[in-house]
Amino acid sequence: MDFINGLITFLNFVAVPATAYGAQLALGALGVTMVYGILRFSNFAHGDTMAFGTMATILTTWGLQSLGVSLGPLPTALLALPVGIVAAIALVLATDRVVYRFYRRQRVVPVMLVIVSMGVMFVYNGLTRFAIGPDDRNFDDGTRFLISAGEFRRWTGLDEGLAIRSSQAITLATAIVVVAALFWFLNRTRTGKSMRAFSDNEDLALLSGISPERVVAITWIIVAALATVAGTLYGLDKSFQPFTYFQLLLPIFAAAIVGGLGSPLGAIAGGFVIAYSEVMITYAWKKVLGYWLPERFEPDNLVQLLSTDYKFAVSFAILVIVLLFRPTGLFRGKSV
Amino acid sequence: MKNLLLFAIVLGLILLTGIFQSWNVALGILNMGLISAVMALGVNMQWGYAGLFNVGVMGFVALGGLATVLIGMPPVSEAWAAGGARILGGLAVGAAILVAAVLIFTRMGKGVKRTVAMIVVLVGGFFVYRAVFDPGVAAVESVNSAATGYLGGLGLSVIVAWPVGGLLAAGAAWLIGKTALGLRSDYLAIATLGIAEIVIAVLKNEDWLSRGVKNVIGLPRPVPYEVDLQRDADFVTAMQTLGADPVVASSVAVKLGYAALFLAVLLVVLWLAQSALASPWGRMMRAIRDNEVAAEAMGKDVTRRHLQVFVLGSAVCGIAGAMMTTLDGQLTPATYQPLRFTFLVWVMVIVGGSGNNWGAVLGGFLIWFLWVQVEPFGLWLMNVLSSGSPEGSLVRERMLQSAAHMRLFTMGIVLLVVLRFSPRGLIPER
Repeated sequence: MDFINGLITFLNFVAVPATAYGAQLALGALGVTMVYGILRFSNFAHGDTMAFGTMATILTTWGLQSLGVSLGPLPTALLALPVGIVAAIALVLATDRVVYRFYRRQRVVPVMLVIVSMGVMFVYNGLTRFAIGPDDRNFDDGTRFLISAGEFRRWTGLDEGLAIRSSQAITLATAIVVVAALFWFLNRTRTGKSMRAFSDNEDLALLSGISPERVVAITWIIVAALATVAGTLYGLDKSFQPFTYFQLLLPIFAAAIVGGLGSPLGAIAGGFVIAYSEVMITYAWKKVLGYWLPERFEPDNLVQLLSTDYKFAVSFAILVIVLLFRPTGLFRGKSV
Repeated sequence: MKNLLLFAIVLGLILLTGIFQSWNVALGILNMGLISAVMALGVNMQWGYAGLFNVGVMGFVALGGLATVLIGMPPVSEAWAAGGARILGGLAVGAAILVAAVLIFTRMGKGVKRTVAMIVVLVGGFFVYRAVFDPGVAAVESVNSAATGYLGGLGLSVIVAWPVGGLLAAGAAWLIGKTALGLRSDYLAIATLGIAEIVIAVLKNEDWLSRGVKNVIGLPRPVPYEVDLQRDADFVTAMQTLGADPVVASSVAVKLGYAALFLAVLLVVLWLAQSALASPWGRMMRAIRDNEVAAEAMGKDVTRRHLQVFVLGSAVCGIAGAMMTTLDGQLTPATYQPLRFTFLVWVMVIVGGSGNNWGAVLGGFLIWFLWVQVEPFGLWLMNVLSSGSPEGSLVRERMLQSAAHMRLFTMGIVLLVVLRFSPRGLIPER
């Protein structure tokens, strides 16, 4: 019994939150990795692209709410999501047209594009703050719990409860659908195949008649959609604040690099590796170990390896370890 | 000639601020401009000389700020008595474990044995370290936690903290450079981004070191206090004969004192940077930047040179950070924001002209001036634009509120415009 109670505690405080967070990171890292694979630079504006798409979603949600539209138990934001995606797509396509295309034509070194993306980051950040302000926003209006801790305890008769928030369930479900659609697109459709060809060998792809501008445009569309979905899910699960989204850049990049830059499968694996390590290292294990260990060994302190404020240090440490021992990442990404 | 004109324009802008707004604001811009110029010089060494992409400027600046606390503040003897020895012991244990792990990694042959030994040393060592370290921290932090609750500093003159800040930053840069240099450039960027966040997290959470978010206030100053000047009879009579209000004059005098100190540092750093750039070392650096493969073929140790210039540039950022905290008179870890302390410095370097020290200095002044003045200007602009709509209307409110966010937007536009139309900056590299 003690073992099951410990397991439930572990699931409740570690596995469930880390899975939801991992799915959000994975979606973010997929965007970073795709920009890297096709456009060949690290996009520093990705966090702010996420923030912009989420901002558009939130504004639409408020509009829908004032019209009295709702999805019942599901958050209204899901209904507003397509609008947010379209707004983000419009923004990145406009950015590509005005900013990036010029440098692509000049064939500048990748680091130049990174600096350009820094400027884009500033602009997006300013736009988001213009529209919605720098404050914390909570826009989840659906039912709060799929299973609440109390209900779970009543059903099972265990001492510990397992709570699954609906935002966590929605995150996982949406992420699975989006990732499945993305992989189907990349592996089965003609356009997806041409994108992978372009990523593998640009010159060869150009020789076989693939239009680079088309590939780039489709990449931006996918990236904007992924970013908006990731941002909205993160916002539903936690809350929306432009600055937090900027800070997500670090775990997202860590996920993409750990998985191997340019590899979509790696981005997903990296997202979960980073999320699980962050949660497990900053979680206080006292309760779980109290159930699992014999009474004599029961810990008297919190058994928290690092305080939660150091979660950046965790993604960073994993990043450094992977870079030192396997510079191309777990899934053999590119190393230009 | 054109360069002199650009500097004259920036100086003119600051003078205009003095005439139309107040001399206090103008001198404030001048002081932070001087500090920004030093920071920009540091980043310019890394990016302009060597092409290293460091986005962890904030971390090195914050380490400089920490140095002012560690040097300038008086030691808290009760806290030292309560847990100082344990904390130092804990840190020594931690360092020993890391050294042991590195030794195992380099000395033992590759294989399962080495991996197991590494894991045992690191995991076991971590628990030993926490067992020694944690009680010390708890003891120190419980000593009069409202006023102190930290170990304090050495109680030396705060000027000493400036070079020490540089040393701290250089140490951190050496560690990060050792791991991330030699890998590709994007990885260095992400690694520095991470180290900066970690430095801030340490400053925010290690209360025994820096009081965390409780902030360290009342840092000693290298210049007299305004109140003392106002009490000083000689100063007051001197100002009255000049026909100036002693209260305003005292704050102007203090700011001028800071400006003189900062200017001295800027001139020394600029002179060193210029001579380095003109020396064979500088030519070698630029050769490495322009073609690494060719430089390596000529027998240059690219990774070592990169490490060297990375450490030097970060040290300059650390010095600037110490100067900035001295000017503020307090260390407030929560105010370190990457957009302000990392990316803004990058805008300075690129707008000024990467690879050219004078360009970096110009960029420091110009961008800082814009950063300060864009907000009041934006407010004015929004007032004019929204003057058509009635007072208190939603659109007008929204527009006036958004003026506060003009800064980031403007900086982005400035950066993008310069990159597009004058990618080598205002004063290009020769």
